[in-house]
Amino acid sequence: MPEALRQRPRLAFAGLAVLLAVLPFLVGLGLGNAWVRVLDFVLLYMLLAIGLNIVVGYAGLLDLGYIAFYALGAYLYAWLASPHFGLHLPFWVVLPLGAMLAGLFGVLLGAPTLRLRGDYLAIVTLGFGEIIRIFMNNLNAPFNLTNGPQGMNRIDPVSVAGLSLGKPLHVAGLTLPPTTLYYYLFLAFVLLAIFVAMRLQDSRIGRAWAALREDEIAAAAMGIDTRNVKLLAFAMGASFGGLAGGLFAAFQGFISPESFTLWESILVLCMIVLGGMGNIPGVLLGAALLTLIPEALRYLGDLQRATLGHVVVDPSDLRMLLFGVALVMMMLFRPAGLLPSRLRRREFAAQDGVAEQEQASLYDAHA
Amino acid sequence: MALLSVENVSKRFGGIQALEDITLAVEAGEIYGLIGPNGAGKTTLFNCMTGLYTVSSGAIRLDGAALQALKPHQIVKLGFARTFQNIRLFANMSALENVMVGRHARTHAKVLGAVFRGRKTRAEEADTQERAQTLLNRVGLASKGQVLACHLAYGDQRRLEIARALASEPRLLALDEPVAGMNPSERLQMGELMRELRADGLTLLLIEHDVKLVMGLCDRVAVLDYGRKIAEGQSEAVRNDPAVIAAYLGSEA
Repeated sequence: MPEALRQRPRLAFAGLAVLLAVLPFLVGLGLGNAWVRVLDFVLLYMLLAIGLNIVVGYAGLLDLGYIAFYALGAYLYAWLASPHFGLHLPFWVVLPLGAMLAGLFGVLLGAPTLRLRGDYLAIVTLGFGEIIRIFMNNLNAPFNLTNGPQGMNRIDPVSVAGLSLGKPLHVAGLTLPPTTLYYYLFLAFVLLAIFVAMRLQDSRIGRAWAALREDEIAAAAMGIDTRNVKLLAFAMGASFGGLAGGLFAAFQGFISPESFTLWESILVLCMIVLGGMGNIPGVLLGAALLTLIPEALRYLGDLQRATLGHVVVDPSDLRMLLFGVALVMMMLFRPAGLLPSRLRRREFAAQDGVAEQEQASLYDAHA
Repeated sequence: MALLSVENVSKRFGGIQALEDITLAVEAGEIYGLIGPNGAGKTTLFNCMTGLYTVSSGAIRLDGAALQALKPHQIVKLGFARTFQNIRLFANMSALENVMVGRHARTHAKVLGAVFRGRKTRAEEADTQERAQTLLNRVGLASKGQVLACHLAYGDQRRLEIARALASEPRLLALDEPVAGMNPSERLQMGELMRELRADGLTLLLIEHDVKLVMGLCDRVAVLDYGRKIAEGQSEAVRNDPAVIAAYLGSEA
């Protein structure tokens, strides 16, 4: 941020608000409606990344099955607001229920894994993520709950006060397509999530999570009920995932188990690692970059066709390659992420700490 | 009645008998020393008392309340805090934050309180911070509140551990080798701090190798060797006990 804006935070804030408000119009005019849709996905992934950041970044519990909570939220929305069961409950009932269901499953996953840490926890959570996906894939018989691999369609769009976000809105000579309408809805939820996550981080609960992450035994000896604090982290993180899942289902109108693969879990984890674990601005940046860059790389296919006459390297292969290269570069040059949290930055700068401590003890020896 | 009573406590790890039938009682207001050669079971006893280990048999009571079935955080809530032999600070949190975590057992803000931050939560946070700063001043770290725990000098880290433990408002504070690795002047300061704490009404339980410090500071000491209590009593009497001399220096036979 330029220095002039830093000194006038209110102006910077107003500028940011205006930018966020007109962004879908600018993007829609400049790049086309498809990019407004990409913008919507950026916001959805931001919501997921903020949620996973509570579990991994704050409490230090490595969760590789996070997308399962996204799936639960999405399927609950589809069950309660689609022709599948003939239920059409309003979104303000279904979304909180989805968040609660995901939170409940967060606790169910957390309870048996309380004694596990690091790699072992990662393996169990990875299994959990796959179990949920496979269940969704197979629960079309004996009782058709999920419609199996075909997925569920004709899910109700969100409608606010009789106004469906699934149809274009004509107002004052402007036509707002559904992607733009959903943009504002998702933006509202992301802002809410940022607020909640930041307040949690800077509280008694947030300190307890940080302590748990640093040293579980010392945390217990300081009066922290490590079991409850862990379960709370799982539940909070999962409920953000469930909320995002419900929004996803309403936005797409169609969900299938394919949307909830292990790759998605890893992608969200990469977002927070790349951006800067534990730090909200970093997490948001990571979510934006890892959603936008793959989309931008699609143009490489057109570019190849235009210059070489045919596609030499499939852009989707290139995506994976560049993705890998980016992660390796990051581990080498910015191991704490692009915008690291205070805590992580210190951790990766540990060598300085050792040097300082050496110096201090030398000083003591002379004294 | 004794503030802390350990009754016939035994602890086995598989075939190893780490503690065998230990009985001792710490009276309110005293400084009680626990000494013994390396591997005698002192830290194991601490871990049993503070809920990190479960005892194989026997009972531990704090002011009459049984501790042996409780979890560490419940024991802290009853007013029994501890420090660790191998310093276990939250290394990447500031000194002030470390002490604020120590207030966890005495504060109440939950998720909703944290998110909405009502008057009660704000008052609690302000109080937590103020008390934490007071404790830092008390142990001589007044100006180091914003320094990361891992960047503090060794002696300061030991002092910070004590401040963090004090933040839970204990009645009984157990210190596991609080002056290990300190230079003589730091040792003197630490001894002074312990006397002050006792003067404020705190009961101290102390594991220490520095016999001079223990003898100068403790009202009574117990000596452990190979998991058994071989002596207990006034410091002077214990120092001259032949069994204790044998345990430390080896017997002549």
